[in-house]
Amino acid sequence: MSILKLHYDIDGSDFTRAGEASGKVKRVLKKLGLDAEAIRNVSIAMYEGEINMVIHAGGGEIDVEISSELVTIVLTDHGPGIEDVSLAMKEGYSTATDNIRSLGFGAGMGLPNIKKYANEVAIDTKVGVGTTITIKIYVPDCSAEL
Amino acid sequence: MTVKELATKLDLHFLCGEEQADRPVTGCYCGDLLSWVMSRAKEGDAWLTVMGNINSVGVAVLADIACIVLTENAPFDLPALERARQNRVVVLQAQKNTYEIAAAIANLFG
Repeated sequence: MSILKLHYDIDGSDFTRAGEASGKVKRVLKKLGLDAEAIRNVSIAMYEGEINMVIHAGGGEIDVEISSELVTIVLTDHGPGIEDVSLAMKEGYSTATDNIRSLGFGAGMGLPNIKKYANEVAIDTKVGVGTTITIKIYVPDCSAEL
Repeated sequence: MTVKELATKLDLHFLCGEEQADRPVTGCYCGDLLSWVMSRAKEGDAWLTVMGNINSVGVAVLADIACIVLTENAPFDLPALERARQNRVVVLQAQKNTYEIAAAIANLFG
């Protein structure tokens, strides 16, 4: 079984481009004909990770691996890290600034949404060093040819 | 019901995406917090909001929203308009507020 690998550099200074990589991945998955629910799950989980990366970490990198059974998204940043992961996983908790909130973000749904839509999530974070989030989403009954 | 029918019946004004007017509208969702909408809106929903920025377009694309309806004539900025055109997202504007439009849509769906 072949694996399609995609890589994106996320610009942390341009908020207007936040979410572009997630949109590109969604288009790729649609072209491949993956299960619609899996595509939605990947789109939401990756978008939340991408937005978090721009809001909190000044950008980073996203690597996506697509096979006929699994989509793996690895988000790597060198931002401030997450001080309290269990608190950050709670719906409604956010450290976003008022400016970010005025754009419609900062609802405290980022990590909770990732957890909700992913089959597996691993968060590796160190304060002052950065964060790596690995998201795995299973693809059921896939007819995609990779 | 199509986007065009919705626009006609509720007196909504097209800002862009008129070529997608035959897209079916299957439900409605109201909200301005993007992650909340992303998580809860369903494919084919008309999304009622006052959040008219470029990130709203991203949410509409990723959540497969049928159309964005900017209520109370909320502004839609130029970068958002350009992104919406690129992504063939339908954006409508309503003079009425979110409650009034949502209630009218509920009536249409019976």
